Amino acid sequence: MLRKKECVAMLLAGGQGSRLYALTSNIAKPAVCFGAKYRIIDFPLSNCINSGIDTVGVLTQYQPLVLNEYVGNGQPWDLDRTFGGVHILSPYEAKTDTSWYKGTANAIYQNIRFMKMYDPEYVLILSGDHIYKMDYDKMLAAHKAAKADCTIACMKVPMKEASRFGILNTNPDGSIYEFEEKHKQPKSDLASMGIYIFTASKLFKYLELDEKDPKSENDFGKNVLPAMLNAGEKMMSYRFEGYWKDVGTISSLWEANMDLLGAVPKFDLRDTERVIHSRSPLAPPAYIEGEVVNSLIANGCDIEGTVINSVIGTDCVIEKGAVVKDSVLMGNTVVKAGAKVDYSIIDEEVTIGKKAKVGDDIKKASKLEGKTSGITVLGRGISVNDGKEVPAGEIIDKNV
Amino acid sequence: MASTVGVIFSSINDEEVPELTKVRSKGSIPYGGRYRIVDFALSCMVNSGITTVGMITKNNYQSLMDHLGSGKEWDLARKEGGLIMLPPYSDESEMLYRNRLEGLKGSSAFLKKCKEDFVVVADSNAVYRIDFSKIIEQHIKTNADLTLVYHEHECGEVNSYMMFETDNDDRIVSIDINQHSHGVRKHYINVFVARTSYLLNLIQTAIARGYSSFSGDILVPAAKTGNIYGYKYTGYYQLIDSLESYFKANMDLLNKKIRTELFGERDIYTKVNDAPPAMVSEGGKVVNSLVPDGCLIEGTVENCILFRGVKVGKGSTLKNCIIMSESYIGDDCNLSYVVSDKDVSVADGTLLAGCKQKPYFINKGTHI
Repeated sequence: MLRKKECVAMLLAGGQGSRLYALTSNIAKPAVCFGAKYRIIDFPLSNCINSGIDTVGVLTQYQPLVLNEYVGNGQPWDLDRTFGGVHILSPYEAKTDTSWYKGTANAIYQNIRFMKMYDPEYVLILSGDHIYKMDYDKMLAAHKAAKADCTIACMKVPMKEASRFGILNTNPDGSIYEFEEKHKQPKSDLASMGIYIFTASKLFKYLELDEKDPKSENDFGKNVLPAMLNAGEKMMSYRFEGYWKDVGTISSLWEANMDLLGAVPKFDLRDTERVIHSRSPLAPPAYIEGEVVNSLIANGCDIEGTVINSVIGTDCVIEKGAVVKDSVLMGNTVVKAGAKVDYSIIDEEVTIGKKAKVGDDIKKASKLEGKTSGITVLGRGISVNDGKEVPAGEIIDKNV
Repeated sequence: MASTVGVIFSSINDEEVPELTKVRSKGSIPYGGRYRIVDFALSCMVNSGITTVGMITKNNYQSLMDHLGSGKEWDLARKEGGLIMLPPYSDESEMLYRNRLEGLKGSSAFLKKCKEDFVVVADSNAVYRIDFSKIIEQHIKTNADLTLVYHEHECGEVNSYMMFETDNDDRIVSIDINQHSHGVRKHYINVFVARTSYLLNLIQTAIARGYSSFSGDILVPAAKTGNIYGYKYTGYYQLIDSLESYFKANMDLLNKKIRTELFGERDIYTKVNDAPPAMVSEGGKVVNSLVPDGCLIEGTVENCILFRGVKVGKGSTLKNCIIMSESYIGDDCNLSYVVSDKDVSVADGTLLAGCKQKPYFINKGTHI
């Protein structure tokens, strides 16, 4: 039998996620909680196994403790394989030089030996900060059919937002003739999703060239992809239709959570076609006594207060008379009697004291300018004293 | 803790709850929104430091096997020991064991191989949270041959327990089998501890002498020789020996004190299913109920235990119901005192009602 894998996935999970502020003080962005019982990394990992890819390297660098513990041996995603499976790849000391991952391309470059163990035909590069369901196998089929050297997944974004993304300018056959990296006035609205499939030999070749270039920032978007295009390699776009969200900012993380709610959610976790797997915690069913409207409630919760338009993570306690509205509680949080939480993101293990008031009504708060667009953020393990008020839009990472 | 092996009867007195055991063994009766009854005995063993557990099965154990898998959820997927299934072992005389003693006989090959000094034998017919290491401790201290675990409570009208009297040191002085009794008595909860070698000897003797009843032929005479002790378990205990007691055991979880006692430590393990979080939609209302992952509540749910993946449609009202996993209750239904097995679907506008003593039962996979 052949000891090889047709396609190996490499998941970039080392980013600091500085625009999530207090939420990533101690944990890497892919380990941030999402949708009451998930962590962001559940989505790419589940997509991999649901697409038949069972070999995944997870490249970690920034605050990897929670992430490493969470990924573990990969069993929750059926990625505990005897050949393949999920592997945490952290920067390491080598004989000649030792370095942190300098950029996305350098991180992959430093793990060429890992990929070569599986002798892959193709390598799939993924980011650890996107919420979506995607069949990578279809994208791989398109890559093979086009005999491409690199295929980049992309989707249409509103023109006014296009300047935030890397934009692909394509020919009618889908081949790419130009990249515009975060250009002020891009020519098209086709944004790169940060998902690439490379023919392995080409990837290795261009990573090695990139490493030799002292001027390079060792970044896929800025350096490697343009270098391949300039050298005349066949670069294809792959159009993705469906829900996809980069949750790199407080407001996009809040929005993505809210997209799970409603009679017909924008992003439906209930669809059983492609199940998102997670390391489900050991908790009894939620006990609900209070008023719950249009909200997600995870196991282990004890809800005796009021919850409206919110996402409540595992093991949260909402006491009598407490009100949580338009908010995301990531888990293990206690909202004591009479407290009010409005338009906020509350990280894990937070205690909100009696009659405390966190954030302000969405109608008022969302008009605020600032880093979080009016969303109030409480970091991991924070305690808010009884009766204390935390104004809208604040980012709290110390007890108040 | 002294090295101990566990043995669980997953399938004893199955006929007591025929509605629920038609398609499964007693141990795999769904309970409390996401558990099976066997989770309690098994988790308690694991939490007491036991790492080898033999699971005696009888008939209909497919659902049990599916639930337990390799035992990894209980940390029992191990190279040394772990969870070991003991399906019926047939010799020339019979196909299936008919009683507890024959069940133990079938497990003696397993016990002989175990290096552990002590053995805990437990049924999976009740909800409880026992620290088995404390029983072993007492067993060693009293130098008993057997230690039987009891729970003190008022005798019920129908009593399927064995009861006993103890002296001040908790040494058992007399045993009553199948006696109608009144008042608060010591009820044997079918959990006992012995030295592994002692139990193997008992089984050998029983085979040689052709004994058939563990309680009648072994326990009653042994009580007379005087080296059997009782161990008093004071925590929550609910035997499931009828649909009525099954109903009560579930509804007890709506009591915060009981829920905290059983699950407060988050150490009752069970098979994990990746269902999305529960959704209570606009117009949905939940009062005093358990709602696990996977549920979608668009109607009103009051005093109910729901299981994973239950959908309750718009305008429907469920009161005092137990609805097992993947069941679908349509719009504008009215259900009261209903126990519905798995994969049931109830059409729009259906009215169903039972009562506390006799809940209305819906068979697995039924469409109404």
